[in-house]
Amino acid sequence: MPVTPERMTHLKRLEAEAIFIMREVAAEFKNPVMLYSIGKDSSVMLHLALKAFYPSKPPFPFMHVNTTWKFREMIRFRDETAARLGLNLISHTNQEGVANNVNPFDHGSSVFTNIMKTDALKQALTEHGFDAAFGGARRDEEKSRAKERIFSFRTANHGWDPKNQRPELWNLYNARVKPGESIRVFPISNWTELDIWQYILMENIPIVPLYFAKKRPVVQRGGQWIMVDDDRLPLNPGEVPEMKSVRFRTLGDYPLTAAVESEADTLEAIVAEMLVARTSERSGRLIDHDEAGSMEKKKREGYF
Amino acid sequence: MNTTVMEDALDTKALVEYLATHEKKDLLRFLTCGSVDDGKSTLIGRLLYDTKLIFEDQLASIEKDSKKHGTVGDDIDLALLVDGLQAEREQGITIDVAYRFFTTDKRKFIVADTPGHEQYTRNMATGASNSDLAVILIDARKGILTQTRRHSFIVSLLGIKHVVLAVNKIDLMDYSQDVFDKIVADYKAFAADFGFETLQAIPMSARYGDNVLGRSDKLPWYQGPTLVEHLETVQIDQDLSQKPFRLQVQWVNRPDLNFRGFSGTISSGTIRPGDDVLVAKSGKSSRVKAIVTYDGDLAVAAAGQAITLTLEDEIDISRGDVISTTDNRPEVSDQFQARLIWMSEQELIPGRTLLIKIGAKTVSASVTEIKHKTDVNTFADLAAKTLKLNEVALVNIALQEPVAFDPYADNHEMGAFIVIDRVSNLTLGAGMIEHGLRRATNVHWQALDVNKATRAAAKGQKPAVLWFTGLSGAGKSTIANLVEKKLLSLGHHTYLLDGDNVRHGLNKDLGFTDADRVENIRRVAEVSKLMVDAGLVTLVSFISPFRAERQMARELLGENEFIEIYVSTPLDVVEKRDVKGLYVKARAGEIRNFTGIDSPYEAPENPELTLDTTSQTPEQLAEKVVLFMVKNGYLISAPEYQI
Repeated sequence: MPVTPERMTHLKRLEAEAIFIMREVAAEFKNPVMLYSIGKDSSVMLHLALKAFYPSKPPFPFMHVNTTWKFREMIRFRDETAARLGLNLISHTNQEGVANNVNPFDHGSSVFTNIMKTDALKQALTEHGFDAAFGGARRDEEKSRAKERIFSFRTANHGWDPKNQRPELWNLYNARVKPGESIRVFPISNWTELDIWQYILMENIPIVPLYFAKKRPVVQRGGQWIMVDDDRLPLNPGEVPEMKSVRFRTLGDYPLTAAVESEADTLEAIVAEMLVARTSERSGRLIDHDEAGSMEKKKREGYF
Repeated sequence: MNTTVMEDALDTKALVEYLATHEKKDLLRFLTCGSVDDGKSTLIGRLLYDTKLIFEDQLASIEKDSKKHGTVGDDIDLALLVDGLQAEREQGITIDVAYRFFTTDKRKFIVADTPGHEQYTRNMATGASNSDLAVILIDARKGILTQTRRHSFIVSLLGIKHVVLAVNKIDLMDYSQDVFDKIVADYKAFAADFGFETLQAIPMSARYGDNVLGRSDKLPWYQGPTLVEHLETVQIDQDLSQKPFRLQVQWVNRPDLNFRGFSGTISSGTIRPGDDVLVAKSGKSSRVKAIVTYDGDLAVAAAGQAITLTLEDEIDISRGDVISTTDNRPEVSDQFQARLIWMSEQELIPGRTLLIKIGAKTVSASVTEIKHKTDVNTFADLAAKTLKLNEVALVNIALQEPVAFDPYADNHEMGAFIVIDRVSNLTLGAGMIEHGLRRATNVHWQALDVNKATRAAAKGQKPAVLWFTGLSGAGKSTIANLVEKKLLSLGHHTYLLDGDNVRHGLNKDLGFTDADRVENIRRVAEVSKLMVDAGLVTLVSFISPFRAERQMARELLGENEFIEIYVSTPLDVVEKRDVKGLYVKARAGEIRNFTGIDSPYEAPENPELTLDTTSQTPEQLAEKVVLFMVKNGYLISAPEYQI
């Protein structure tokens, strides 16, 4: 047994910071929820939540906003994880969007995301009366996120006003909200993509197999590889899916998430690839390319 | 990460080594502050660019934006990398704190990029609150500006001990050593009292990268480290683990009836199973049973670690309590003096009730006094009645209940607080405790079961009921009022139950039949018993005509807790005074069951005091009551009382 305390490396400090934030939320809010998007950041968030409240289970439910266009492997992983850990998992889908057959092809990624993700999230938060929602956003992901608070205040309409955020000093988070208002909480704000991968490696955290390279059926569109995850993907005339060794750097709706060609089939290889990568993580997310400042606009509308 | 490591990273062995190195890095959080055009965003863009953290797609996007909004001609404008929000991208200024991340082979860095505008000083304080070091930018062409002074003041106010003076745009001054030396001398002249432990001045050009990461051949006269070299090596005193142990309890961990743990992050110090600990506020002590974490129980834990403590004894601990070791406790007080930074458009007005969050505790509080505000530009102390946005002041604060804290200078987490509006819930300000204000601060609470005696002791009095009885209009309430005022002025805690007032509320269902009169007195006796239990000197001003009921009240209370005071005024005198015009009505038969007229008054046989209102004034009689209490030891803290 060590007689001197553990050294607080940067990863240990980031871990402790996230645990502190999660405990604050559990203690101060009446009805918090953790948004669970099944991606690697969500895997890390879940792992941190297990640590924060041990030996108790995380004292809040986990919620997945399902657009119905997620990779099948994601849903499988989600259900296995919830069963293995005995989590209270809520899956929410915008039924109105489903009824109107809202999809990324006919409506475009912007409208689709707005209805099936942003509106769906607002619906679910209102329906369950959650006053705090954990999200796995990081400040290094995108420029407008660099200014996001850890506790991001939202109006009763789930709106975000960058001019009206509360100053955030030390570790003293102002958790007070009026009925209907809520706070989005980002415990891993200060992590970078490398930190996430390194932590997954260090803590041996399970992640969706789609992050690892494997031969998968893909088609090339606009210079990016799109996986044909099911027969809902309309093929252009003459377009034939080909089997390529690919993997995903971020996960989301399969028609909107580009794969990268890769042979990296171990965590070490993924990290190695990441270290030499010359394109930023979010470039695999097609929604950011729609227009300049698009993430900021989505945030104002209530997207994470 | 540098290029060679990245190239080698494909080699698994090199990768494992790289990761091992990266894993062991520590973290330095710093902020950059400077005026609008000092080149702050360019400097951070340069840091990200030089440490290879800009991806190709980001670079392509900036190249595109540079042509649209850029301010540096055909070059890539690195500032565009970091100016995040659309609005400010168009205005060319930074309007909020942004956090940036970069890493070198030695350390990982989190940069708080804070705005230089005067109206956004609060954001600078925000960035500074979580930083160990400040990079203060100075435009070599302009030298020390008012804003430089303000930023340095706020940096020192927030307790930052390490400062880098980045003399930027030195390229525009022909890389002149004279210019640099003069700026450094000017800076040292005014910053001498700011308590900075290290002050490293570096001449640089963020635009061209001189002395940022790489050394510059244009500055041969400068022998010191480059900015990155300094950031990588500066020794920040992180040794909070050597300070006294403090754990602010965030969450009581109760998965089942067999486990009760206290979760929180250690603010300072080190803890081991078997250590004697106590709850600062209640003084209750116990011993650490285990340090529980998801990764197993620990043999030792120190500052910065998020843990769950279990204790040997079942003692009352809840969120907001501070656990310390028994040999070094934090201060406990309900008043302190603090530095306050006001961050709201809504003025601070002393006396108004606010909320204060300190650690995991949120309490009602008010600023009782603004001692003075400090001009952040000249550092002069000025008188102030209110505080406006971005003003800094020394204030006294009173809390509704005592809290445990340490001075901010000793322990940031234990001495920092934020001020929250009770209605809007907005964060209005931030403060740093200097010291507690009561002498009692260092006289620690002993573990006692709180009871009548402890409550009374806290108030410096022996609780009792002063039971004023007598005819209607005899002068009971007049005298009781005077007595209460005198006791209050002596610092005692009192309450007056007046017959008429109680009949408007608690006893409004009762009339004046004998049965109702008995019930009236029974209820009042029970209420005064509760008040005595609460530690109060309770004054009861009731006609209470029947001996039996007064006896019942006497028996309900403990020995020496019932002081019967007979306000003796003959019927003919009260009838002549008839202050409320009741005797006339009673004589006319308009009021039935009126004491003294058609309902009996049974005068006390052995009252503790008899007050004869025909020979002395109410003032004299009130003095007599207080003197009786002093003589009989009811007023413990009033030895100075003289008649």
